Amino acid sequence: MTTAEPQAQSKPIPRPDEASLEFFEGARRGELMLSRCIACGAWLAPAARICTECLSEDLRWERASGRGVVFTFGVMHQFYHDGFIDELPYNVAVVELEEGLRLNSNIVNVPNEAIRVGMPVAVTFSEQGDGIYLPRFEPAGD
Amino acid sequence: MGLLSGRAAIAGVGITEMTREPIGTTDQVAGRAIRLALEDAGLTKDDVDGLLINAGVTNDISIGLQRTLGFRNLRLMNHMNAAGSTAGQMVHYAALAIDAGMANAVVCVFADTPLRGGSAGAAYGQVRASTGVQALGPAYGFFGANTGYALAARRHMATYGTTHDHFGAIAVSNRKWAGMNPRAMQRRPMTLEDYHNSRWIIEPFHLFDCTLVSNGSVAVVVTSAGRARELRQPPVYILGMGQGHPGNPNRAGFENEMNTGAQIARETAFGMAGIDNDDVDLCELYDCYTYTTLVTLEDYGFCAKGEGGAFIEDGKLEPGGSLPTNTGGGQLSGYYMWGMTPVSEGVIQARGQGGERQVEKHDCVLVSTQGGVLDYHATLILSPHPSNA
Ligand SMILES: [Zn+2]
Repeated sequence: MTTAEPQAQSKPIPRPDEASLEFFEGARRGELMLSRCIACGAWLAPAARICTECLSEDLRWERASGRGVVFTFGVMHQFYHDGFIDELPYNVAVVELEEGLRLNSNIVNVPNEAIRVGMPVAVTFSEQGDGIYLPRFEPAGD
Repeated sequence: MGLLSGRAAIAGVGITEMTREPIGTTDQVAGRAIRLALEDAGLTKDDVDGLLINAGVTNDISIGLQRTLGFRNLRLMNHMNAAGSTAGQMVHYAALAIDAGMANAVVCVFADTPLRGGSAGAAYGQVRASTGVQALGPAYGFFGANTGYALAARRHMATYGTTHDHFGAIAVSNRKWAGMNPRAMQRRPMTLEDYHNSRWIIEPFHLFDCTLVSNGSVAVVVTSAGRARELRQPPVYILGMGQGHPGNPNRAGFENEMNTGAQIARETAFGMAGIDNDDVDLCELYDCYTYTTLVTLEDYGFCAKGEGGAFIEDGKLEPGGSLPTNTGGGQLSGYYMWGMTPVSEGVIQARGQGGERQVEKHDCVLVSTQGGVLDYHATLILSPHPSNA
């Protein structure tokens, strides 16, 4: 891991807080950690506080498979943030995990032109900066 | 037909200049629209006993507007927020309060001044969080409303074969209408080729798939049907009202990117008004993006789910078409005042004051206001007649 100074041009780097620590720690270990409802079994967005399906607050962290499909995607051409200026156009995607939850992310290791809705993908982790890792998705074999 | 149908009416509408230039502080501009709406209705400030306020993206007007504008006789007041659906909702709550005897002349106002030098993206695309999971969106490069709507549009294209030509036909139709609206911000004629040649914002959206942000304000005055008949303008009766708020569960089994709250709101509003789709003469739909128009038409049942592209491509939304839609140019080419864009044009058309762009048969006007990324929806059925009978 490098210890380079944060650059003025870096992408936004999320700072873990208490609620999200397990998500970011998991990403550093190479594990996709999500919240899960103990009462009804629903997989929930990371750092959920209450179950969207049954309103239980009895949740725990669990490791997800990391496998899913591209639910939808877009290719961003508009400049919004200095950190992305060298990557335009870049993709944004929603991945539907085998567990049923959908996550916002990026699809990597594939040209934007080759991304398709329904494409099987698997999680991979990349460093955003400052030792913070994020889950992204790459094409997976059938 | 519901008991409330036709018992309240919109008696005044005030629309400020729509511009990308500075036009004053947001509360000042809100006051300007209210002054115009009261003049239009033939009412004075002292007649107002209800004030409902909706701030836009700059979010800098609230209940303090009462003091700023010196309202002293209010029996009803609130600052409301259900994103882009708020305009329709303000009219709903005003009509309900009037019918319940809680107020008699309720001003509903929206004002926003996001353009203060620099791009509109500065207001709509700013990074709001740097900590925790809320910071993931900007870290992945998700910025602004453009992203969520583009993702929704892509899902529809991939599922139903909807094309850029379909979206382009909507943009072109809006521009034709805008050419006849002196208030519209983009009136230069546009061809389908111009649409395709406009730069990408976020694929699948070109520039001309996206609304142009405006500085401005719109206010309407809602009163009882009886009072409206004594005022300056022809009353615009509220025949139907309904809301639908499905949100987005973001999980397998849901397709909220392609199914909006209009499906739910329609049932309530059409039921209250006692109408069916065949009764609708024209539509004023929230059209922050071309795709929003297409999916909203499907969800109101004008065509089957997934067939929106084929439905609109014959030009039926255009001037002279069988379902005139967004007759002031909508948000895409007219002006972007959130839900007040469709509400204000709906009032103008129902009165028959659309001038060059007036739709000949305007007995039943469908108005939709919509917010979030297709999360929230509010419907109005407007008419120059107190009932659909
Ligand atoms: Zn649960």
